[in-house]
Amino acid sequence: MTSIWPEIEHLLLNVEKPARYIGLERGAIQPPHDPRNVAWLLTYPDAYEVGFPNQGLQILYEIINELSIGEAERAYAPWVDLEKIMREKGIPLFSVDTHRPANEFDVIAFNLSSELVYTNLLNCIDLAGVSLRSVDRGIEEPLVAAGGHCTYNPEPLADFVDFFVLGDGEEVVSEITYVIHEWKSSESVSLSRESLLKELSKIEGVYVPQMYNVRKDQNGFQVLEPKHDDVPKLVEKRTITSLEDWPYPKNQLVPITEVVHDRLNVEVFRGCTRGCRFCQAGMITRPVRERSADQVRTMVSDGLRRTGYDQVALTSLSTADYSHIEKAVAAVGDDPLSCGQTGVSLPSLRVDAFTVGIAATIQGGKRSGLTFAPEAGTWRMRQVINKLITEEDLYGAVESAFSQGWRRVKLYFLIGLPTETDEDTLGIADLAKNCVEIGKRYNKQASVTVSVGGFVPKPFTPFQWFGQNTIEELQRKINLLKDATSRSRGVQLKWHDPKATLVEGVLSRGDRNLSALIEEVWRAGGTFQEWSEHFDIDRWLSSMEDLGLSVEDYAYRHRDKSEPLPWDHLDAGLYKDFLWQEWRDALEEVGLEDCRWTPCYDCGACTGYGLDHVVASTSPPVGGSQGTWQDLTKGSEVPQLLTIRKKSETV
Amino acid sequence: MLAVRLRSTKKGKIRFASHRDIAKVWERTLRISNIPLMYSQGFSPRPKISYGLALPTGAESDCEYIDLQVDDSNRESINVEEICTSLNDNLPPGILINGASVMNGKFPSLQQTVTSCIWDITVNEDDTKVDSWVDRINNENTIVLRRERKGKEVVDDIKPQVHLVRKNYERIDGRVTLQAELGTQPRSLRPSELLRSMEPCLTEYKLRRRKQIVEEGARRLDPLEVAGATPMRSLVGAS
Repeated sequence: MTSIWPEIEHLLLNVEKPARYIGLERGAIQPPHDPRNVAWLLTYPDAYEVGFPNQGLQILYEIINELSIGEAERAYAPWVDLEKIMREKGIPLFSVDTHRPANEFDVIAFNLSSELVYTNLLNCIDLAGVSLRSVDRGIEEPLVAAGGHCTYNPEPLADFVDFFVLGDGEEVVSEITYVIHEWKSSESVSLSRESLLKELSKIEGVYVPQMYNVRKDQNGFQVLEPKHDDVPKLVEKRTITSLEDWPYPKNQLVPITEVVHDRLNVEVFRGCTRGCRFCQAGMITRPVRERSADQVRTMVSDGLRRTGYDQVALTSLSTADYSHIEKAVAAVGDDPLSCGQTGVSLPSLRVDAFTVGIAATIQGGKRSGLTFAPEAGTWRMRQVINKLITEEDLYGAVESAFSQGWRRVKLYFLIGLPTETDEDTLGIADLAKNCVEIGKRYNKQASVTVSVGGFVPKPFTPFQWFGQNTIEELQRKINLLKDATSRSRGVQLKWHDPKATLVEGVLSRGDRNLSALIEEVWRAGGTFQEWSEHFDIDRWLSSMEDLGLSVEDYAYRHRDKSEPLPWDHLDAGLYKDFLWQEWRDALEEVGLEDCRWTPCYDCGACTGYGLDHVVASTSPPVGGSQGTWQDLTKGSEVPQLLTIRKKSETV
Repeated sequence: MLAVRLRSTKKGKIRFASHRDIAKVWERTLRISNIPLMYSQGFSPRPKISYGLALPTGAESDCEYIDLQVDDSNRESINVEEICTSLNDNLPPGILINGASVMNGKFPSLQQTVTSCIWDITVNEDDTKVDSWVDRINNENTIVLRRERKGKEVVDDIKPQVHLVRKNYERIDGRVTLQAELGTQPRSLRPSELLRSMEPCLTEYKLRRRKQIVEEGARRLDPLEVAGATPMRSLVGAS
């Protein structure tokens, strides 16, 4: 067992926020090192304060450490100041739990939740002292793995990562650990890295890029073919059937120093069937699997006791859709430990008055700000993206918020959506102004913050064929909104840098040719690209030019149905026909109801796996019209186009 | 209400946590240990905890103090030893309560009451350099320090704050260690400020706060022993 702590201890006096590197968090595990075990280094390739709260990483950390043959520790990307010193002194990437060097682990596993961390992944592999490319790694070197939402298009990183894991990690992480353990314990002389990779590729949900030949079709598109008969042609994502079986993290980590989302997180359900067509999370995490109210109560109560937190977040997509939301919120307030001092937050609010009502019961005295995501400025546009909230829903929610004491409302919108016109874009400003007017009836200081982000089409969504808006077009739309809101007191406009949106777009739907780009940008010093002070578009554009890669090809052009997509060898559980039909419906401005409370549309997420949505209540939530069109009051456009056509008639 | 003053260590890896970080650690540990505190009135009630003089991030200490107002309204008696045991079970490695007092009546805050701190300052420079530096610090009548305060440059004579500087016999990692007693009123003189107050400056390798001192007339007291404090003998001197 080695620790590099003595080497870094005195260096930490000279870096910013040194507590990021000391470990010691409540709940942290210092597993005894047994060379026979399979040791995982779970790595978040961004700064500690961003990566620490990641629940996926914490869940796997517990599950692996519970295995008799597994041990897991955590690492984060060292900030640029420490990295510089580490490189000068030859200090490798290390775990924060026991300060063990990264290359002493069997697996270095990365969580990928954003494309902009890809260069950091390369940096971490390099800092670990591990060969950058999979094919160059020797038998003594750790395996490099990756999981998380970005792995639904792993191709840009395929040259650097030995295996990717698709979908829920709870079950598959143990299966992988056992396969590696067996390989490690084998006394066979023919032990090779290749044989291990091949065994791993047979596990459902595991994609091993080296097991596939890459060829170009007649149009130059990348097509993958398995090298061996027993390597799957199509790698299916993993789905746990019940969240109830996995009440993790049981012992959520509590940081010593400041991190984002610093609170107890309890996942109340996974998956979402609202069917927003831009939303990758909603598509790839299907079906809906709810946790029982009892288990939520137990997790909240145990969690508060163990962590000492005074803030609980009930997490999921669209949390107000949870069948037991009121019970869950009450459970927090009623917990004897909280003495009424514990706050609850719902990170993902649905846009309606009912949701605000829940928020009002839980936020206690603090009414600082409330956030909604209408996503688009006009009803037409919201039908295209299938975010079926009416203006009345929004105004009702906003009125409810301002009348109950909130002074600030934040609205999230996307720009650069398919079929978007300037009228749609300017609709954002109109909505915001109307919201301010409503607010002024209750509070003179009422304000609305409008936050707009450029849309990036993602794999396994109905918009995966859409060519995203150019930097210039997004900037023009931002300028339209700036002009439209500049004289409106009470409306503050914020926007995401369209240049970063472009880079996300290139990487999001790129093929293996992008590995050279990621490597070149990393070598030029382009790390921490999620941080605006480190992001530099010119590095990306000039590298693309050097490598003969075209932005037009990767991001801006529309793709057609016949074109092979770089992720065609992967299966997120959704039929491609379903996605294509959804894409056509979007262009025709046809919405689609939430299938939790209506007949199945056969998207594939349940039917393909013999699963079903795990929803406690068969009736849709009250008080809103999102996909349920209850309470559709006069004045608004009734969504009459919400009819479902049979797939066979239209495809 | 029961007022309790605790003394604790900050040693090892945890020394890199900031004063603010440690404040949060205390708040959470008190909740985990199920110790009921008094809360402030008002819109967002805060537990009544007051922290002593900040310790520079990266420094170790044998003597960090914290004052708590424990809510004893729902209990017949609250045992301070039990509070300490329960907190020690839940505090992060490196922080250990090694002394406690029950505070009676009105008493001034830690920030107001502590008059000086004794520091062990391990430096990177060799004996000859350190010897001449110490001689000069002790012999000069004025020591001028320029420092920035609220964006403005302030020039002070810090000599009155420098109570004692001498070489320790003990070496740490083979390096020379100074012992310095530095005044804290009306404003603390930091060890790093002392080191750079005299050219050629010394550079810090490791820092440890050994003692905090309250001067009451001619007496020099531990903050656990001030007037009105009843020290818990079983804890005092625990390590």
